[in-house]
Amino acid sequence: MRMVRLLALLPFAAMLIGPFFLNRVEPMIFGMPFLLAWFVAWIGLTAAIMALIYRLDPTNRDDLS
Amino acid sequence: MNGAFLGIGAAALLALTLGFLARRGQQMGLGQWTVADRSFGAPLVFLLMAGEIYTTFTFLGGSGFAYGRGGPVYYILCYATLAYVISYFMLPPIWRYARDNALYSQADFFAAKYASRWLGALVSLVGIVALIPYLVLQFKGLGIIVEIAGYGAIGAKTAVWIGATVATTYVIMSGVRGSAWTAVAKDVMIVLVVVFLGIYFPLHYYGSLGAMFGAIEAAKPGFTVLPEHGESAWWFSSTVLLTTLGFYMWPHTFGSIYTARNARVIRQNAVVLPLYQLVLLFVFLVGFAAILQVPGLKGPDVDLALFRLSVKTFDPWIVGIIGAAGVLTALVPGSMILMTAATLLANNLYRNVDRSAADAHIVWVARSLVPVVALVAVYFTLAGGETIVALLLMGYSFVTQLFPALILSLTKTRWTTPVGAAAGIVAGVGTVAAVSLTHSTIATLFPALPPAIRELNVGLIALAVNVIALTIVTVGMKLTMPRSAVPDEADSTAQ
Repeated sequence: MRMVRLLALLPFAAMLIGPFFLNRVEPMIFGMPFLLAWFVAWIGLTAAIMALIYRLDPTNRDDLS
Repeated sequence: MNGAFLGIGAAALLALTLGFLARRGQQMGLGQWTVADRSFGAPLVFLLMAGEIYTTFTFLGGSGFAYGRGGPVYYILCYATLAYVISYFMLPPIWRYARDNALYSQADFFAAKYASRWLGALVSLVGIVALIPYLVLQFKGLGIIVEIAGYGAIGAKTAVWIGATVATTYVIMSGVRGSAWTAVAKDVMIVLVVVFLGIYFPLHYYGSLGAMFGAIEAAKPGFTVLPEHGESAWWFSSTVLLTTLGFYMWPHTFGSIYTARNARVIRQNAVVLPLYQLVLLFVFLVGFAAILQVPGLKGPDVDLALFRLSVKTFDPWIVGIIGAAGVLTALVPGSMILMTAATLLANNLYRNVDRSAADAHIVWVARSLVPVVALVAVYFTLAGGETIVALLLMGYSFVTQLFPALILSLTKTRWTTPVGAAAGIVAGVGTVAAVSLTHSTIATLFPALPPAIRELNVGLIALAVNVIALTIVTVGMKLTMPRSAVPDEADSTAQ
């Protein structure tokens, strides 16, 4: 579980460091400028990562906590 | 009397009805009125949290920002997403402590953790000063929406009075339950409207999303990404980081954590809320679509982009539906702010004067203060002027100054004292005020620094001053005081 929690750092890296390297319009993805598409993709990935962390977190099995 | 007018009127009535029904079968004691006796499951907590972020600022300001400044608007997508990631780890301990100590407000948390009701009073003052301009912003947005979407049938001033009366009425009646239940109508409508507009405008005017962004790129190269200077990647990253830290420091957002039935509800929301951020994408698409269709909006008028384009495109009855959604996005956060500000005034300021007051009396005081807070906000809305704009720009930075003291209170070791925490908050808030009122940026303060650093968000300076003041005072006190005089464990009896 501890290791899985480290995945929560990835959205920070993607959104805080990503713009320095990916600040570009082309190639457009699904009609969106690349930078916008990057953020949109990472919103989806963030939800997926949080779902994984939630699933593996033992505290969520206990109803009272 | 036209279709638009009917839609907006229906929205106000719907909000009032839901707000009243929310009260059914509940005794409105302090705990019920402020935090619904900690009974909400994941859906209602979701609606409260979503209700707070999808404000008129998102609706008008988000599309206006995309229209006026382009790529930098993406920061709004990022900061809330990152704040939800942090919330998974940070909020459950806050919720648990609040339940165990029967806390009702954000200021209660600081007061209890630091065993100092004066620190609680300071935190509530910072909160109220930040909340009032935020409320004014909602009322202003409501006035604009009703005036444009109603084709002038009702003036902005009348609309502000009506909106304030509706929100005040159901907040007094139902407290936080009223906000949560009106949020049901608001979020269903806003999602439908925004997603529809965000898809329809690009397709209708350009044929496809790619064609729209291609046309913008041809007309304004680089507009849909970050500029090389000014709002650069450095500005972007530092702004996202600061606003992420400040996100849960808003008193009404912090208070909504308390309504959860258990900590799991909060963790479930940390999984789902990032996806809800995608609604913002459609808000941005509306703003981008407007660039070449309703050009020429300048200054504060960029916030009209969404409605100008809607009025140009649709029949009045569709504009009425959009207007109704807009009215609800003003009423729901407005009602939460009203409730929170009144609670802070009653529970964290008034209670310090009348220390023997029972909870039943406090909730009576809080409910009586709701119309007072509303009147103050209506006054500033109608009076307008520079002061309120200045306060508004400072609001987010103000509440962010609570972050260091909050984080330090969550660890087992007592790192700082109430005086240290207060020193940090006062120094940080003072710096924000000084920097904002003199319109300073890092570039004007330190012109010799390299461009990358000059483009960092100036809020970082206030946060740094805050942490430095907190550290100096804490270390100074620990050195000069005998060990026993510094309490090393939080005591929950202080209120």
